[in-house]
Amino acid sequence: MSAIDTRFQEMRAAGRKALIPFITAGDPSLTFTRAVVEELDRRGCSLCELGIPYSDPIADGPVIQASYTHALAAGVTLSNILATTGDLTRSVTTPLVMMVSLAIIQRRNPSRFVSEAVQAGVSGLIIPDLLLEEAAPMAELCRQADLSLIRLVTPTTPRERAIRIAEQSTGFLYYVSIAGITGERSELPPDLVDNVRWVRERTACPVCIGFGISQPEHVRHLAPVADGLIVGSAIMRRVAAARELATNETQVVAEIGQYVQTLLDALPVAKT
Amino acid sequence: MNPSTASEPTASQNVPDASGRFGPFGGRYVPETLTYALDQLLAAYDAARNDPTFQAELDGLLTHYVGRPSPLYHAQRLSQQCGGAQIWLKREDLNHTGAHKINNTLGQALLTRRMGKSRVIAETGAGQHGVATATACARFGLECVVYMGSEDIRRQSPNVTSMRMLGAEVRPVTTGSRTLRDAINDAMRDWMSSVESTHYIIGSVVGPHPFPRIVRDFQSVIGCETREQCLRQLGRLPDRVVACVGGGSNAAGMFYPFVDVPQVKLIGVEAGGRGSQPGDHASPLTYGDPGILHGSYSYVMQDADGQTCDVHSISAGLDYPGVGPEHSYWKATGRVQYTTCGDQAALDAFDSLARSEGILAALESSHAIAHTMQLAAQLPPHEAVVVCLSGRGDKDAAEIARLRDSIASRT
Repeated sequence: MSAIDTRFQEMRAAGRKALIPFITAGDPSLTFTRAVVEELDRRGCSLCELGIPYSDPIADGPVIQASYTHALAAGVTLSNILATTGDLTRSVTTPLVMMVSLAIIQRRNPSRFVSEAVQAGVSGLIIPDLLLEEAAPMAELCRQADLSLIRLVTPTTPRERAIRIAEQSTGFLYYVSIAGITGERSELPPDLVDNVRWVRERTACPVCIGFGISQPEHVRHLAPVADGLIVGSAIMRRVAAARELATNETQVVAEIGQYVQTLLDALPVAKT
Repeated sequence: MNPSTASEPTASQNVPDASGRFGPFGGRYVPETLTYALDQLLAAYDAARNDPTFQAELDGLLTHYVGRPSPLYHAQRLSQQCGGAQIWLKREDLNHTGAHKINNTLGQALLTRRMGKSRVIAETGAGQHGVATATACARFGLECVVYMGSEDIRRQSPNVTSMRMLGAEVRPVTTGSRTLRDAINDAMRDWMSSVESTHYIIGSVVGPHPFPRIVRDFQSVIGCETREQCLRQLGRLPDRVVACVGGGSNAAGMFYPFVDVPQVKLIGVEAGGRGSQPGDHASPLTYGDPGILHGSYSYVMQDADGQTCDVHSISAGLDYPGVGPEHSYWKATGRVQYTTCGDQAALDAFDSLARSEGILAALESSHAIAHTMQLAAQLPPHEAVVVCLSGRGDKDAAEIARLRDSIASRT
């Protein structure tokens, strides 16, 4: 059982829902990334997702694309990210999940990548361009290393396929809220709640919703049908804004902390 | 997912397999959101290629709308100038819209209609695929959006004007290197949000399964005609066949029908740019390694972390860090030999062909012409080399003049 499995077991037992922030590793620096993750851990985020910058992220909208471009331009490398992650996993209690493109894993060599991720204390991987049909070798490497391999289901996934994906997913199942790319949306699809509920009733795997979520209303609306909610662009937009205004980093960390707190406060109150 | 790159004994025409593999290359590495559309496309294509009415309609368009077959022309003065083998030009530049790209866009426009979709998106580098897509969309009454890097919009502006006149919307791409690779990224992102109503007419033999196969099949008309024309005009098959390779669609269409004829040597010419250092060329088969880009596993220019490298070519259509997976397969099996030709050699070949034969070749095709001229010079006069003249050079004339002026003002 990975740390993610344990975390969701505890949360389900306590009737709690996870808020999962996404942070680009190395935008604007790994020191900053570390400070943000520590802040969000202190505030009670149950998991944290680290985005590994990639030059050609097809599933990402302008905010995360720009964030990846800035991180790469600042010179972040996979080895630096792994080193910082290793430090972080010793200083926070929240399990860390890496969102990483297969191009990067393939270049590193999949088995070396998995062992380095485990050594850095990473608990799970989200590989957005790894489909069910191609995933068996990677899944076996992750299984041997007790690393969760979190799969994605989207609104265009046929239901029968969604079930097969859920069966293969470990840690949690990532339910992509919209057919599209990452980025804040004011409105989410009207059938989202029903679709997530449908899948969640048919799998033991925890289900978390991501893409487009940015407002406390989203959290109030979606948390009851899911195990967790993922927020990315709304956080990285604040990093980008701080870059424009040359705000000092301590202040940005505090602002992100306060913003995420408004989402944490919108989660349903735990059973007592 | 961890395919070996070990060399295979012989190349087969019977590729890709059901999962889109050409040997270890190809496959499908895209976000889950696109799976449904790719499966839908595969099903539509499998049905269409077994449907005689589909093929008849496409053949009719190729004959009466595109002007096929394109001539196979004996470039006698150019051959004499080189002093060796006979050079024959497969005149794809004479197609409607001035390049081979229309062969693919008409086929995919028919598939779009078959799938009941009303909107088309495309990427373009040199603008030839953009024009060919805009043309096919006008012909079939489909809405058309073309993504084009802002650097390419600048250097291929005649094609931008044409696309707009044909009713297409040209969306400038300002991320990354502002060239073909970034245009593909943005087209794919558009498709992520529009898969229900939109077909993505990809312009080369790249991308996730089934695109590399579909584009190769639609372009294979080039090689099929060449085989027949050689038998009729030369009385035999050619000794060598040469084509330029960016993503590799004209080369794939030219080579594929010859794959099972081992005595015909096949040569692909990549863009050598201004040197062999990363960033100075666009030659992944020559200098790169297998990796993943734009949904398939193939040779690519990547850094040590797997980030795609910036590449350079004077030719917008070859200025791409990846290549179609079937070319990687042909390289691994040794069926096709890949080489490079630099910016200056391509410009020189552009001049040679213009002055000796009265033909302005596209800068892309000029790379293949340059290599053919070198090759022909070393071969005896009874040998025949066919080169795919994949497009015409009108689009490049102004940019070539500008480059000459800037070189002249520096010296």
